[in-house]
Amino acid sequence: MRKVSRWFGRNLIRIYAVVAFTYLFIPVAYTFAFSFNDSRKSNLVWQGFTFANWQNPCGAPEVCSALGNSIKIGFLATFFSTILGTMIAFAIGRYNFKGRSTTNLLIFLPMATPEIVLGASLLSLFLVFQINPGFWPTVIAHVLFCVSFVVVTVKARIASLDPRLEQAAMDLYADERETFRRVTLPLVAPGIAAAALLAFSLSFDDFIITNFNSGTMTTFPKFVYTAAARGIPAQANVIGSAMFFLALAIVIIGQVVGRKRKVS
Amino acid sequence: MKKVRTPYLLLLPGMGFLLIFFIIPIFNLAQTSTQTALGGGDTGQYKQTFRFANYVDAFVENREQFARSFVYAIIATALALLIAYPLAYAIAFKGGRLKNVMLVLVVAPFFTSFLLRTIAWKQILGEEGFVVPPLRALGIISQSTTLTSSSIAVVAGMTYNFLPFMTLPLYASIDRIDPRTLEASGDLYANGFTTFRKVTLPLSMPGVVAGTLLTFIPAAGDYVNAAILGSPQTKMLGNVIESRYFRIVDYPTAAALSFTLMAAILILVTIYVRRAGTEELV
Amino acid sequence: MADVASSARGDLKLLNITKTYGDFNAVNDLTLTIPEGSFFALLGPSGCGKTTTLRMIAGLEEPTHGTISLGSTEITHTKPYQRPINTVFQNYALFPHLSIFENIAFGLRRRGIKDVDDQVNKALALVELPHLAQRKPTQLSGGQQQRIALARAIVNRPALLLLDEPLGALDLKLRRQMQIELKWIQKEVGLTFVHVTHDQEEAMTMADTIAVMNEGEIEQMGSPAELYDNPKTAFVANFLGQSNLIKGTITGNDGDKLVAEVFGQKISLPKNRSHATDNSIFAGIRPEKFRISRLETATSGNVLSGGKIEDVSYIGVSTQYQVVMPWGQELMVFEQNDDGVAPFSVGESVNISWEPIFTFGLRGDEDAEAGTEVNPDEEPDSE
Repeated sequence: MRKVSRWFGRNLIRIYAVVAFTYLFIPVAYTFAFSFNDSRKSNLVWQGFTFANWQNPCGAPEVCSALGNSIKIGFLATFFSTILGTMIAFAIGRYNFKGRSTTNLLIFLPMATPEIVLGASLLSLFLVFQINPGFWPTVIAHVLFCVSFVVVTVKARIASLDPRLEQAAMDLYADERETFRRVTLPLVAPGIAAAALLAFSLSFDDFIITNFNSGTMTTFPKFVYTAAARGIPAQANVIGSAMFFLALAIVIIGQVVGRKRKVS
Repeated sequence: MKKVRTPYLLLLPGMGFLLIFFIIPIFNLAQTSTQTALGGGDTGQYKQTFRFANYVDAFVENREQFARSFVYAIIATALALLIAYPLAYAIAFKGGRLKNVMLVLVVAPFFTSFLLRTIAWKQILGEEGFVVPPLRALGIISQSTTLTSSSIAVVAGMTYNFLPFMTLPLYASIDRIDPRTLEASGDLYANGFTTFRKVTLPLSMPGVVAGTLLTFIPAAGDYVNAAILGSPQTKMLGNVIESRYFRIVDYPTAAALSFTLMAAILILVTIYVRRAGTEELV
Repeated sequence: MADVASSARGDLKLLNITKTYGDFNAVNDLTLTIPEGSFFALLGPSGCGKTTTLRMIAGLEEPTHGTISLGSTEITHTKPYQRPINTVFQNYALFPHLSIFENIAFGLRRRGIKDVDDQVNKALALVELPHLAQRKPTQLSGGQQQRIALARAIVNRPALLLLDEPLGALDLKLRRQMQIELKWIQKEVGLTFVHVTHDQEEAMTMADTIAVMNEGEIEQMGSPAELYDNPKTAFVANFLGQSNLIKGTITGNDGDKLVAEVFGQKISLPKNRSHATDNSIFAGIRPEKFRISRLETATSGNVLSGGKIEDVSYIGVSTQYQVVMPWGQELMVFEQNDDGVAPFSVGESVNISWEPIFTFGLRGDEDAEAGTEVNPDEEPDSE
């Protein structure tokens, strides 16, 4: 009995971790389980197991167009915010210029502003210029809140770069442009990639800001929200679960590739 | 550090974008907040009257939701901290080779749409879920209590949804602690609890501050959790603002409320950061 | 890619080089010539300016005043990638995202050389690591990384090879081995090496010429033997090896010798080994030049009597004695254990004697503690 309680005490925190992870995954598991629900209209009560939803993920009206919008917006927002954010990160991280701390503060502000304020203020702007909310206003809104996260991520990576590596490159006959191309950029690339991934996930999952700026256009989160009243079709569960597994796969592959490169 | 024209060229596109789509909109929102509606049934028509009383009106009318937003946000942040800290600790110190895997697992639920997750909780905690019926059967809760449409559900939902935001900065901070400092503490006669209080906790403070900020700020402005898991009695400020934009069209009030929310958050955050004493957060 | 600078060859000349940071002079009016083909060491404690000087030679820092020339070409403001100079950095600075082969080939490729295989493989063979060509730097041990950093620099056959404390991170045995290897490689390849270090044994082992630096200036420059046998300042005397410095007064002449009185006892030293400017002097003797003898044993040369042995340390090759003299100073004596004579023991009364020609004379106003140990208040990497 003593042994059991001692084992318990030493492993308490490990046990806690397991419990915590279970808690994190309960709704995910639930969503996944109900993607197999044989439901007609509402996916609230279990009615039977079926693969039909997975075989026909676009079966419910609007699901796939919403998903398509989310993906398109995600790519566009990622593209622009990564470029803009990386440029800002290099400017702040590499140069000592007048107004550097003000710029830093300015970058921080969107992250500290509640989404509702960001969304509302952008909507107000669009209204003033009589631009209707829709696809492109949404893209703009997404770029807005992603840029700050990109800057922070890339800046951290730049800061961890050993300046002596660039000095070594110049010592070895590489001028400024070549040094950037062959040493700086390859070493910062993982940070840029991480920032892009972060931007995409933020954009794809965004609801509040999108809600304000999308008008009649639907994105996937918006679709789920509005469908909640009448019952979310199981196809939405399918897509949600599929996104989960896809993202998980990407991350795991990334880890494996990263580890392989270290060993070889 | 070189001093050249390059930084300004690099900054131009990005900062220009922020200027147009962040700074100007905020100013625009400010000037909207002091407008008054033109009478005559035509919604969406306002004129600038510099009516600062808008703020007072908005605040007084919605002070209940105001208070509720902040109370919920604080509770959710505190709960998230309590739940996330041991988890971050476990990953940092007991993770070993599985550290990266565990970090992925913390973030992974995020890949399922946040709405799907919140709605999942609604159904799990609802009448037909697998939590309420057994609890009722065991007599732990009465037949009439519901777990959804309650403030408990809203706070629980918020806590759950913001957990990764709390866990990751905590982890980053705890992971930086050299385990040998903990060994040294034990060597100097401190027991486990004292070591935690005097060594681990202070060293992890930057992570605590970052995590609480990253959780509290969005939580205070959230309305989705309240909409899905709550009831009209649990309306938060975010719900009010949203409805003022889309249902009862009243832009000045919505704008005034937005600013008040932002100001309140900024004040709280500044006080908090000053007291916690960390300089470089970004 | 230029031009005149990159093909410059010859002696390296630093003329009145000064580097100022704010109101702090890291390097103060330094003038120095490094002969082509020599192994030159810049020796000094942390913060003395040696690394700053090296970086100015490499082009990674610009001097505030002064000029640098390689042969007949002035290179003071030339960019680092235009100088025929390569550096082996203290932390190796190998490119983590490139293979060992590509690391070594880096400089060759930037200079436009297409076919690099031959030269890279020769460089790998020189440092005896041909099998590591396809690995990444993170997979190598410290010693291996150091050798690759060396290969990466040498493969470019620069006019000047700069080494910034390259052996600092290696353990003792490996360091000794690398010291011998580096010296051999330098002779093999015939390049000019400029080696920056704070380890005086390392400098003496490897270099043809040593410049001892202190607080931004050169204290003394010469061959290891010159610096060791005849130091001009207390700093050099204490920093290079160990010295006994005894305060005294010059009382007279005796042919080509000076006669001095130290605490009531008379000694002599050759005139041409004294750097005293007035009649106060520090008589300097290296510990291994001292002989300890019991009171009844006959002695010759300079003799100081009245000593008492305070500490005995047996080191195998030698025995170190601390001998307290009547005026309170502790003198250090190294005796080689080469004749099986039983060592002296603590408390014994002894005489100390030595040949007068081994004495060196320093100015009487010198700080006798200069160069003895690193000031604990000084920051380590303050160069």
